[in-house]
Amino acid sequence: MNSVALEVRDLVKSFSLDGGIINAVDGVSFQVKYGEFVALVGPSGSGKTTMLSILAALLTPSTGQVLIDGQDLAQMNEKKRVKLRREKIGFTFQSNNLIPYLTARENVEFMLRLNNKLDRAGRVRSDELLARLGLSDRLHNLPAQMSGGQQQRVAIARALIHNPAVVLADEPTASLDTERAYQVVETFAHLIHENDRAGIMVTHDLRMCQFVDRVLQMQDGKLVKIYESRKEILELAQGTLKH
Amino acid sequence: MEIKLKKYKQNMKNIFLATYLAVKEVVRNRGRFLLVALVIALITLLVLFIAALGEGLANGNRQYVASLDAQLIVFLEKSDYSISSSRLQTNTVKAIRRVEGVADAGPIYTSNTEIVSVSEPLKVSMLGAEAGRPGMPSIIDGRNFRGGEAREAVMDRNVALRSELKIGDTIQIRSTQGTDDKFFDLVIVGLVDGQSYFFQPTIFVPSATWEKIRPQSEAELNSDTPYPNIIAVKLVDPTQVDAMSTRIVNDVSNIEIATLETTINNIPGYSAQQGTVQTQGVFTLLIGILVIGGFFQIQILQKVPQIGVLKAIGSSNSVVGLSAVIQIIVVTALGVGIGGGMTYLFSLGFPPTIPLVFNGARSLIAVALLLVIGPLGGMVSIIYAVRIEPLKALRLG
Repeated sequence: MNSVALEVRDLVKSFSLDGGIINAVDGVSFQVKYGEFVALVGPSGSGKTTMLSILAALLTPSTGQVLIDGQDLAQMNEKKRVKLRREKIGFTFQSNNLIPYLTARENVEFMLRLNNKLDRAGRVRSDELLARLGLSDRLHNLPAQMSGGQQQRVAIARALIHNPAVVLADEPTASLDTERAYQVVETFAHLIHENDRAGIMVTHDLRMCQFVDRVLQMQDGKLVKIYESRKEILELAQGTLKH
Repeated sequence: MEIKLKKYKQNMKNIFLATYLAVKEVVRNRGRFLLVALVIALITLLVLFIAALGEGLANGNRQYVASLDAQLIVFLEKSDYSISSSRLQTNTVKAIRRVEGVADAGPIYTSNTEIVSVSEPLKVSMLGAEAGRPGMPSIIDGRNFRGGEAREAVMDRNVALRSELKIGDTIQIRSTQGTDDKFFDLVIVGLVDGQSYFFQPTIFVPSATWEKIRPQSEAELNSDTPYPNIIAVKLVDPTQVDAMSTRIVNDVSNIEIATLETTINNIPGYSAQQGTVQTQGVFTLLIGILVIGGFFQIQILQKVPQIGVLKAIGSSNSVVGLSAVIQIIVVTALGVGIGGGMTYLFSLGFPPTIPLVFNGARSLIAVALLLVIGPLGGMVSIIYAVRIEPLKALRLG
């Protein structure tokens, strides 16, 4: 298996605004390997969410390439992009994560249904994953009957259940208190490593970076710094990093 | 072949997924969906009642003419196919019977009278006809009246039901002849079924009796000759309506000829009344489309982020669209089912004087239209759902 799950090459995304052109993402290149958990950080308007949308095959780049599990998004039509999202990508979103009329178990199993993989083994795996996330007693609860943290954990299970190449998380802790946020991201990181998936988390909250392997810092659409050493990452997470 | 099979499997998978989502949502939000189903049920109740009323009114007007054992109706020339304006010569019947291709012809005499020998006087159409000829319906119970001036009558079963009369009873009718009210006794000898004419149940009497006992103006008092209003013509070959119309008009003088359908449409007020009832029905259906369309549009607007998530995680447009269609069909069918049941229960409580007929083609058409208005009303919301961008699931949307 190719050890690179996701590769971004000279990515540019331009938008027209007030008669001018703005590069929301401006010449970004990076790779994420299987089993690696990466944080994408930066101030508001730095291009993180635009980048995530492109990686999720929800937005087409102006120029540059995105390869997921070796497949070039630029070569795909909409139908193929839908298939790629279904098979190769797992998502957790900031809010409105779950289908409100499906129980925790049904939400997770839905990814298997979508991929035609819902069999006895799939059901068992789904229940086991939810149990790993501490949700054994919530299998039959609807999202409205669960706390924000529990909902995020169900979303994480849904993102991982179909063994995608890449798991994308858009501000997964935005609606959680600090304690719950730590729990969710720590579990997320464990599962990414354990299942040998590539994880990318967009976050404003630098404290969450303590659980990731690498931090990509964006500013004005550009990738301005990559933190790779454990020491630097922990200092960044604790707010003690000296620039 | 392999591609076709793959496509078929994909379509089936999409249908299963869409059904799964649609049913789960309806079941888990059953209160909300039941509320809409009840609104549809009320619309169904209204539409079915209008349809039944239209059918009932139409029947009340046309039943006798529509069930004639004849293909053509002969009128007096220039009577504009109006039964009450037409008075034919007595020898016209014989002349028509002689035309080649005519199997039989029967004179029909029309007037109104009132049965006064019952607890509540009952207005009826009194029709003169010849036993065994076109114009005289089949007897379902008892026997036909004898000819001549026999004081015998055959009665519509509806009259019997409403006045609790039976075969062998003697009824008294009141007719105004000249300036006097006159009373005549008639013995009921038989019953016929479903023979309303001009909104009234009917009694049938021999033509000579009819002439004696019908309401008459002062000028008509000295006449003993009954003049038929119309003549029902039965053809040897019922498919030759046009050719036979031409032949009869050519062979017999001072007449005009019409099909049963034209005759019915020229019954005074029939077309206007049916047009009004149909317009009411159409407007009710339009209101139904707007109500259903409005509900599903609001629902889709509330579900935009959720649909965004569904698409972002890999649900295709066909799954999302199909799911919306299935929901609309389920809710509409449920509403129409409940409405149909409610209509049936209500109909049991209505008196026979209100002309409601639920077994007509109109009720079936109404049900079919009601089932169509759901998807039609929800069309805009379905298109909207399909067009929602998956980016709505992210903050960019």
